[in-house]
Amino acid sequence: MELLLNIVIYLPLFGALLLLFIRQDDWVRWTSLLVTTATFVLSIPLLLQFDITSTGTAQYLTVGEPFMGDWDVKYMVGLDGLSVLLFMLTTFMAPIVVLSSWTSIRKHVAGFYSMLLILQTGSLGVFAALDLFMFYIFFELTQIPMFFLIGIWGGEDRIYATVKFFIYTLVGWLLMLVALIYVGFAAGNMVNDGIFTTDWRLITSPEFQLGLVEQTWLFLTFGFAFCIKVPIFPFHSWLPLAHTEAPTAGSVVLAAIALKMGTYAILRYLIPLFPNAAIAFAPMFAVLGVIGIIYGALVAMVQKDVKKLVAYSSISHLGFVVLGMFAFNTIGAQGAIIQMVNHGLSTGALFIIVGMLYERRHSRLISDFGGVAKMMPVLTVMFMIATLASIGLPGLNGFVGEFLILVGTFNSEVLGSPWYAVLAAVGVILAAGYMLWMFQRVMFGPITHEENKKLTDINTREIGLLVPIMIFIVWIGIRPTDFTRYSEAQVTWMLEDTQTRAGMIAGNAAGEQLPSWALKLYAVTPHLADAMDMADGDADVSVGVTPADANKGTGVTDAAGDVHESGTKDAIRNTNTKKESQ
Amino acid sequence: MESANELLTILPLIIIGAAGLFVMMLDAFTGSARLAYVSTILFSAAALAVAVSDLFGPMGESFHGLVTYGGTAAFGMVLVMMGTLFSVILSRDYLEKTGRHIAEVYSMILFAAFGMLLLVASNNLITLFLGIETMSISLYVLAGLVKNEKKSVEAALKYFLLGAFATGFLLYGIALLYGASGSTFLVDIAATEEKGMIYWAGVGLLLVGFFFKISAVPFHMWTPDVYQGAPTTITAFMATASKSAAFVAFILVLSRALPDARAEWSDVIWLFAVLTMVIGNILALVQDNVKRMLAYSSIAHAGYIMIGLAAGTPAAYSAVLFYLFAYTLMNIGAFGIVAYYEWHKGYDFTDIQNYSGLGFQQPIIGVLMSIFLFSMVGIPPFAGFIGKYRVFAAAVDEGLISLVVIGVLASAASVYYYLRVLVHMYMKENGNGITLTRPGTLYSAVLLLLAALTIYFGINPGILTDLLGSFKSVTY
Repeated sequence: MELLLNIVIYLPLFGALLLLFIRQDDWVRWTSLLVTTATFVLSIPLLLQFDITSTGTAQYLTVGEPFMGDWDVKYMVGLDGLSVLLFMLTTFMAPIVVLSSWTSIRKHVAGFYSMLLILQTGSLGVFAALDLFMFYIFFELTQIPMFFLIGIWGGEDRIYATVKFFIYTLVGWLLMLVALIYVGFAAGNMVNDGIFTTDWRLITSPEFQLGLVEQTWLFLTFGFAFCIKVPIFPFHSWLPLAHTEAPTAGSVVLAAIALKMGTYAILRYLIPLFPNAAIAFAPMFAVLGVIGIIYGALVAMVQKDVKKLVAYSSISHLGFVVLGMFAFNTIGAQGAIIQMVNHGLSTGALFIIVGMLYERRHSRLISDFGGVAKMMPVLTVMFMIATLASIGLPGLNGFVGEFLILVGTFNSEVLGSPWYAVLAAVGVILAAGYMLWMFQRVMFGPITHEENKKLTDINTREIGLLVPIMIFIVWIGIRPTDFTRYSEAQVTWMLEDTQTRAGMIAGNAAGEQLPSWALKLYAVTPHLADAMDMADGDADVSVGVTPADANKGTGVTDAAGDVHESGTKDAIRNTNTKKESQ
Repeated sequence: MESANELLTILPLIIIGAAGLFVMMLDAFTGSARLAYVSTILFSAAALAVAVSDLFGPMGESFHGLVTYGGTAAFGMVLVMMGTLFSVILSRDYLEKTGRHIAEVYSMILFAAFGMLLLVASNNLITLFLGIETMSISLYVLAGLVKNEKKSVEAALKYFLLGAFATGFLLYGIALLYGASGSTFLVDIAATEEKGMIYWAGVGLLLVGFFFKISAVPFHMWTPDVYQGAPTTITAFMATASKSAAFVAFILVLSRALPDARAEWSDVIWLFAVLTMVIGNILALVQDNVKRMLAYSSIAHAGYIMIGLAAGTPAAYSAVLFYLFAYTLMNIGAFGIVAYYEWHKGYDFTDIQNYSGLGFQQPIIGVLMSIFLFSMVGIPPFAGFIGKYRVFAAAVDEGLISLVVIGVLASAASVYYYLRVLVHMYMKENGNGITLTRPGTLYSAVLLLLAALTIYFGINPGILTDLLGSFKSVTY
């Protein structure tokens, strides 16, 4: 299985190299479809064999030799509950993305598809990497193809969009590189005999304890990079531009996969690496999340361009994800993970549909449409499902994610206020407003433009690529546990472990001299003190999730169960990290 | 240990020195530039091979301690010979197509390379000075190679005047240090007991001399003009080999002659590194000429390398050596492609507007250019990233965090001007109607090799970092 994981990651890259030798455009398309489909098929066993009860360790772990001389920086990939769904989402979306650009890309076809394939290898690597340094490398590997995808095949303003996208992201990530180096040396000194290390197992081990002041700076630097990538308000200004100017495939990849790297990185690195800072800054991130939700929705409401509207709705949806993660309880984080998948599916579908309309009509302005439903009944159905999923209609996937997040936030001890959930819920209402209003203006009413009378409905290829997304939208909506169960154990463990370690570090820091701002931030804040007391003494850290809440229509059960003494946890964790799982 | 064995320790120097004389004679008697070209390649390849094998050989001093061999000196020679060999191979096509393929070019390149080899091997300030002067005088001639072009003549004169000035500083610094310590051997200077005014003045002047050679701001004025005015492949040679040689010599002087003064020179270098990075990058942002942009980019790179020097630990020095290696690969590659585009329209076809749409004509060349430029930006998985990463890491380990933060912000700004080239190559329509012809086999092979090495050492830097790490016990 370890080999299979590596094959799945590198098969697309291999396919990209293959495309260099193919001259005919049709062959290029078929080869890409074949490669991405094969990647998806090969990745299915990874999900089927996945042990959902395993915690604290990754599965299918490949650990390479250190490749940078005297430093313990090594190739290390594996999947765990945090990453497996996003990994599958990436392999699942790839063939769809290839199909969606079948006819719309006509120039430099081989270049286009090889960029898509390289991007896929990079994305899979980001989700599978378990060494911070490898994560960084894979991440940058996704930036280069994205730069070309937007810049070469994009719309009118593509150059500005792509350069802005690239530089904006790079500023954050280069600063993060400095913080990463700092973490590497600090971890080396504390847990690796003085040898620089970025091994995920070591940098999240209980012995690795960064001081509170260090944590603050490192957390803010990492957080800045991830906020740009997500993007979290107020670092979002590159996103609508990049989304709008990118070709359909680029927008879909950007929305479905690339944005998830930011939120995934928050869950994978930002929270576990700097536990105290993460808890202390949780309210700040939650506020930014809520602002994102409402701001994104309000701006989406006034957009004239359908694609821009969907782009701003992304900001709103990702606000939910961030809110869920900083609720610091299983329900919220579970909701965040499933919401990442949901957003990938529904926003991906919306971008594809907008792309289909654009291909026929060469316009994305809402005012240029109207009455399209009469001409394109099949598309209308698909569009309707995607729209409702995006709004969060019960029975479709969007509802599951948003509901879990709202429940998690409402009960969050760390956030300590129901107002976050209340305000976020306003975002759901606004979403219904702008999405349905847009849908109504585009699809219904009289046909006001002559061109719209000539519109042809979507063909078999287009139906074929939308149907799988629709299946999952409904499936997640009806049986969410089929999906949430993959992440449940690991997320629960991760949050408990983080809070336990936060308690240990706070306990050790009590005797140290801290600057007054740090004292204020880490000790005096009442919510935080509670959270730390709780993590320190009481083992019941997945607070706020009563079984009654958990059962309320969401299907997530046993969230509050499975609680161990922190000492036992550590023991389990140590054995887990040593064991290289199957 | 006299005689033959001792000569073997400086074999690359002997080969290149002999080659320079041989090629000069060849020119005098046959006048065939092609013969000169072939023999230059053969001699350089031989010297490179010897230098590479010296990497794994013993380290030590010879000629009564005037030169060192093995270790850092050998690696410096590898850098110099790589720069020489690759830019010589690229030179023929370019010089022929721009109509100035003459044999003297090669003998001048070889003499310059001889000076650089002496520079990286020097263990004594006099040897060092001889190396610098042999190198510089040959480079003044090369910069003015296109003698009927105003720009080229201006470049040569500017280089010569400013260079002579800097040499004066350097020499005066050497004299003062000799006065303070009573010796010109690096180790003896390190042992200076009494560090008075004379000593510090000597150190300061020596630093200024080196800052000039590595084109640190504010001693960089000559660089853009010289790099732009010289024939492009010669620019590649100057930008890589001479800069690597100067940096290696700088490391030798700092680590062997001035280890006790580290706290002082570290602060000075800190300041100049900031100036170099910030001003180099800002000026590069506004350039419309690709060659000039690359000149400013090489100034900016000197700034990043100086971060490593400011850290001043063995780990930092080996990171700097790695950086220089990556820098040599990507710069020769980028200049090689600029030269290739340039020869389609004769001299000086380097305005960025001219690059519109060229990426998709000859797609492989376009991909190679992207690799070199992304490597310069410092994006993984290319060697340039590892170089930057290791230099930054060494500095973070020494606590120079604010310097590194300035460094990463400067390199984030640098993205814009590197991407701008790619934007024109790929995202604008071909407006100038030129049709690219395939470059020659050897030319393409060199570019492909450089790109392959850039990727290889980006993915698997361990071999080189281990080797460089092993030098420190003896050298520093």
